Amino acid sequence: MRTYPTSECNAESTTNGEPVSMKKYDAIVIGAGHNGLTNAAYLAKAGLDVLMVEKNTYVGGATASRELHKNWIYSNASYVSSLLRPEVFRSLELAKYGLQIVPYAGGNVTMSEDGDYIGSYVDPDVSRRDMARISPRDANAKVRFDRDLMRQCRFIRQFLLRTAPDPTSFKPRDLMGMLQMGKALMDLGEDVIYDMMRLYTMSISEYLDEYFEHPLIKAAKAGSGIIGSAMGVMSPGTAYVLLHHAMGDVDGTMGAWGFARGGTGAIAVAMKDCFEDHGGTLETGSGVEQILVNNGKVTGVALENGNEYQADIVVSNMTLPRTFLECMDKKDLDPEFLRRVRNFKIRGSSGKVNMALDGLPKFTALEGNPELISGDLHVVDSIERLELAYDDWKNGTWSKDPYLDILIPTLTDPTMAPPGKHFMSVFVQYVPPKVNGKDWTDAQRDQFGQTVMNQIEKYAPGFKDLVLHAEIRTPRELENEIGLTEGNIFQGELTMDQLLFNRPIPGYAQYRGPAKGLYMCGSSNHPGGGIMAAPGANAAREILRDIRKPNTVPEGWLDD
Amino acid sequence: MTNTENHTVIIGAGHNGLICAAYLAKAGKKVTVLEAGEQVGGAAITREFAPDFKVSAAAHLVFLLDKHVRKELSLDSSGLSFSQRNMKTTALAADGHHLTIAGSSLQGLNISDKDRVAMKEYLRFMGKFAGVVNRLNNRIPPRVGTHNRSDWIGLAKTALNVRLLGKKDMREFLRIAGINIYDVLQENFENPLLKGALSMDGVLGTNLGPRSNNSVFCALQRLSGLQGMATPKGGMGAVSATLADVASRHGATIRTSAEVSQILLDGDHVSGIELADGEQIAASTVISSADPKTTFFELLGARNLEAGFARRVQNIRMRGNVAKLHLALDGIPEFKGLDQERLADRILIAPDIEYVERAFNQSKYGDYSIKPVAEITIPSLKDDSLAPTGQHVLSAIVQYAPYQLKAGWDSEKDVFTEKLIDLISEYAPDIRSQILHKELLTPVDIEREFRITGGHWHHGELAIDQSLMLRPVPRAAQYASPVDGLYLCGAGSHPGGGVMGSAGRNAARAVLGAKDSEDGNA
Amino acid sequence: MSQTSRQNTIERVDFSHKSHYLTKAFKSPFYSRQEPLNHLKEWGRWADYLSPAAYTCSAMEYFACRNTCTVFDLTPMTKYHISGTDALPYLNRLVTRDVSKIKPGRVGYSVWCADDGQVVDDGTIFHISEGVYRLCSQERHLDWLMTNTIGFDVSLHEETHDVAALALQGPTSCATLKRMGLEDIENMKMFDIRHFPFEGTQLMVSRTGFTGDLGYELWIDPNHAEALWDRLFEAGQLHGIKPMGDEALQMLRVEAGFIQAGHDFMPAHATVRSGYTRSPFELGLGWLVDFKKPVFNGRKALLSEKENGHRYNLVKLDIDGNKPGCDSYVFTKNKKQIGTVTSAAWSPSAKASIALASVEAPHGEPGEELLVEIYYQKELKWSRVMAKARVVKDVFWNPPRKRMTPPDDY
Repeated sequence: MRTYPTSECNAESTTNGEPVSMKKYDAIVIGAGHNGLTNAAYLAKAGLDVLMVEKNTYVGGATASRELHKNWIYSNASYVSSLLRPEVFRSLELAKYGLQIVPYAGGNVTMSEDGDYIGSYVDPDVSRRDMARISPRDANAKVRFDRDLMRQCRFIRQFLLRTAPDPTSFKPRDLMGMLQMGKALMDLGEDVIYDMMRLYTMSISEYLDEYFEHPLIKAAKAGSGIIGSAMGVMSPGTAYVLLHHAMGDVDGTMGAWGFARGGTGAIAVAMKDCFEDHGGTLETGSGVEQILVNNGKVTGVALENGNEYQADIVVSNMTLPRTFLECMDKKDLDPEFLRRVRNFKIRGSSGKVNMALDGLPKFTALEGNPELISGDLHVVDSIERLELAYDDWKNGTWSKDPYLDILIPTLTDPTMAPPGKHFMSVFVQYVPPKVNGKDWTDAQRDQFGQTVMNQIEKYAPGFKDLVLHAEIRTPRELENEIGLTEGNIFQGELTMDQLLFNRPIPGYAQYRGPAKGLYMCGSSNHPGGGIMAAPGANAAREILRDIRKPNTVPEGWLDD
Repeated sequence: MTNTENHTVIIGAGHNGLICAAYLAKAGKKVTVLEAGEQVGGAAITREFAPDFKVSAAAHLVFLLDKHVRKELSLDSSGLSFSQRNMKTTALAADGHHLTIAGSSLQGLNISDKDRVAMKEYLRFMGKFAGVVNRLNNRIPPRVGTHNRSDWIGLAKTALNVRLLGKKDMREFLRIAGINIYDVLQENFENPLLKGALSMDGVLGTNLGPRSNNSVFCALQRLSGLQGMATPKGGMGAVSATLADVASRHGATIRTSAEVSQILLDGDHVSGIELADGEQIAASTVISSADPKTTFFELLGARNLEAGFARRVQNIRMRGNVAKLHLALDGIPEFKGLDQERLADRILIAPDIEYVERAFNQSKYGDYSIKPVAEITIPSLKDDSLAPTGQHVLSAIVQYAPYQLKAGWDSEKDVFTEKLIDLISEYAPDIRSQILHKELLTPVDIEREFRITGGHWHHGELAIDQSLMLRPVPRAAQYASPVDGLYLCGAGSHPGGGVMGSAGRNAARAVLGAKDSEDGNA
Repeated sequence: MSQTSRQNTIERVDFSHKSHYLTKAFKSPFYSRQEPLNHLKEWGRWADYLSPAAYTCSAMEYFACRNTCTVFDLTPMTKYHISGTDALPYLNRLVTRDVSKIKPGRVGYSVWCADDGQVVDDGTIFHISEGVYRLCSQERHLDWLMTNTIGFDVSLHEETHDVAALALQGPTSCATLKRMGLEDIENMKMFDIRHFPFEGTQLMVSRTGFTGDLGYELWIDPNHAEALWDRLFEAGQLHGIKPMGDEALQMLRVEAGFIQAGHDFMPAHATVRSGYTRSPFELGLGWLVDFKKPVFNGRKALLSEKENGHRYNLVKLDIDGNKPGCDSYVFTKNKKQIGTVTSAAWSPSAKASIALASVEAPHGEPGEELLVEIYYQKELKWSRVMAKARVVKDVFWNPPRKRMTPPDDY
């Protein structure tokens, strides 16, 4: 049945039990998440001798697929794909390395407690009708909503595969970058600039109020404004998060989402194969003990297993706090820089429950609708319910009435479970990094899992009987297993203070760390989280620029 | 109707209307101010809420009054005086170990050295950033995305103000200007009482909790007066009375009990106004200090606007979330652990930042706070004109109290009033026995009494998406409206509410033909 | 037709239940009659309805319309019912022309703009009876129309699915209706509306159309749609009546110089890219903009545009040769690229390759000689010509019979 490898790569380890040391590489990339792999692949492609180190025995970080239940492959963390830059896909020849991104049929459906729903379909006429069924005005207002959002998507997309210019700098490159941004703004025209200022600073619920009237339609649209964010739908700043989820595309259909065939890990596996094909070396199974610095210059890394490697370039794909607070010696860093790192907002707010199902659950509201069940399934019916879920998080507990993004990839992808059986991926918002200020316990984790399963059971009676195995991941597991500080899925919140030239922290937004030869390529950097591969690619471009090597990283394609 | 040539009518004798009138009259315009109420002042009035007990009806502190207005209109030599200046803030603690903030000096129990240092630094950078906001406030906001030279100069000046902060502070400004006061305070301070008190700067008068982004921006707005807090002698009405005197002295006519019911048009241009009693007054310029929804929908009529603009006006968020409590007291109240001297401070009930956030939570769902926050003053301690000898008035701004209360204010007003008295009693246990009269102005009352749609003090929520060139809405943010000859000068326009006067002054400058690039900063 | 087939077999458009997704496109109330006639079985989708692209052969259908008469199903056309005290001021603020000049029983062609003076759509306003209007357009506008109600006392609802409609167009259309028993039909003037009793219901007839020829549009309760079709074809049998699909209509409307949303301009409410929309002046609809009335949507912007000039002209091109000018660039004689063809057709009546094109102002004055870059293929071999074209003032088809009252009898 299975045609795709999982992300496990025990065999790849280069160690034979004996500590290896002092081998010198051109560059060492820490963390084989998709951005690290992207970065390493571009460096290797440029002819550098690159070592990639990964603490886990599998590659992918949050972009991994693992077989935790026999014959079932889970997309353990990240589970859908839209943002992955096609420019990267193409230039790393990921198709050659076996990657397929397949769009899924159902767009998404939001089910209310009273058994109704609002669903979107492949056929835009049917989608419009489904909205008109509950609000004719909203069905028409969606044209204006889509237009306005698309305008903003088109604007922001220009800056994804580009390093953000520093507005405080007088360097020609930064001034040019600011000018380009200014020109792009001018191209939008006065009113669209005003709309942009508003979109970036409003709450998703206020933003939606300007378009829609029906609570279910607003609830359906609002979810995208809070995914991965420690904010509520009523918190100003969440409208931008919606944009972050709308700006991706599958084959030019903006806002569409797809699956990596074989599970999300297939993306990382393809990238890994590309990296190795270009001569890169991968060492898995040991984390980094310390990034070594001498006289303000990086010299290499020391691994937890005792191995030590030298390189003049060290690239960290770890989160900002993990890189600087856990893997570096404080004496190598400026206290002011450290203070800023500590103040970086990287609050965990999400959890994940992955399940092996003995059959297809029956959602009462869907009445067997074959298309809608293939897409994202949500169970919420008002802005207020979403906001209450956030209040629980603020109070230090997981949401008792959580927002769920449920997907059954096996309805689309035949490779992940035996025929007739299913894999269900459930993304959960909100889940705090600590419970009432204390570390999660295993018992609490299981209670959290029950909360999620009970929530689904309410909408799909009999669901719980189908569960054969469940992987329950709270922010604790996300941090311990994947290394995402506090379990934040974006490696840092997507708020105004942490976007563009402010990401991750002002003055360090161009992928260069505070020591010479130290770079950052994770989602903590511009343009942020999601399987986008843009931070990894942008960082590689900057590195090659610094060492005067020909650029192997593509510029973004023009959307016209 | 009489000759319309060069006659300017200003709707509403609130402080912004009066300031606008004074500037225009001073510039030689023939100006008539029409006020619906019996006295001038709008929401900036002193009001007798019980026999012989008077109080500032809405805002009770002056801390934003534009120094240009003060100087250019010679307010200080025109009778404006204060019963208290540079007031300290005392944050009440349930255990009686209160905290007093006087500038960067902190007095109280368990204040760490770290907090003392942080407070100095906090005031330094917040003051500096507030300075940027201050300069913006005295400027007609430039439009963005146009090819007008004056807009670009306006933008360049703002960019320059930000640049002049220096690289380090500029970065910090760009980082925090759009975020929330909770994060900024958590980054800087330890003491819960201090964080609670400072968070109030970010949320007073808004629909924000400390964790809501925009609250740093609101705090900067609040600090942008770059002055201490003061209580006017005679209450806020004294400020309005002074402004009315100044405007009259410059030749403006002020009519009270003259309620404008309609703005009249001749083609695309205003031709005057009609009063509720049917009297028509011709004017070539009409300037409204009423809130934008009242101005455009009630007085002008949405049908006289293009629909896209009308939609933007309709989308202005302006639902008040603040109530005002007035108590007439039979003596000086006693607060547990509080020196008599501290009673004249600005007293806060906001014991910690989580408390403030929790108070906000209920308002999101249309309920008032179970445990509200409050800013209390007892102005009669330093001003004997407000209450009979030996008796006092307590004036408290309390929130959160949403305009659209789910249960309805008709039935809940008395319940909430008692809850508030209970809240104050937690700190001043005997106060209930001292109460001679009490009054609560809910947002619904504020809407009715002061003719502000939604009862929002700022004539529209203060938030980045409703500020600067977006306030009240694009295409009306430079004080001129889409209707020729119709201008706005109220708090609904940039830079917003509070007894600041910048909206009135900027509007006058716009009417007098100032280019956006011409700076109102002296 | 047998008696049984006269029974009501129509499916009403209904998406009140979730199961609507099982219907991929709705059948028109005339479907039972269209289906057997549609020999090609080519159904296009128009506004969520099945709509025949052609029944037999679009060229033959075209000539039927220019020679006898044809029936085109325009049920999918979006229709809004507008009434209430403020219906007139509401419409007057909505559209650019003076609606008070559209008297009861009359129809007016209109265009409406966003605040920035860019065209949202064009359509027709039916003043059905005093203060009661129907707005017909291609695009859906409920959001914008509702937004426009702020400050007005109007009642507004969509009636697209509640009114079945047929366009009967061509020189024998009047004769057909007369034979059908519509009394005094010959005295209806262009843009008149009349009501006739029809099998227990009311049939509304307007002398309007999208073909540039003599023609009428018939509006009826969908429950009587099939009966109307049957009666029409019975009466039209002697007058050469034929059903017609969308392909023929496209040829006819280009000849008549009518523009269409999505072809000749992008509706402003759905256009993402700035600068891609058009003002009425840029579509040659300046005559529909009445600055004598006070505020209307786009007035300020259009006044400024009138003063400062507009960016584009929509022109009618008479292209040399016989190659169709679809999707072509337009150049000046000096090969400067100045625009694109928006709609094109071979005009069988004028025996000419004709087109509507949007060119940069000040180009586009009648008489100007331009070049059209045409790519075409014969037996898979592609060729390119730079065909000469002239900007013409008049539409390509404008026969006197279109206006004649009463029209010729047959």
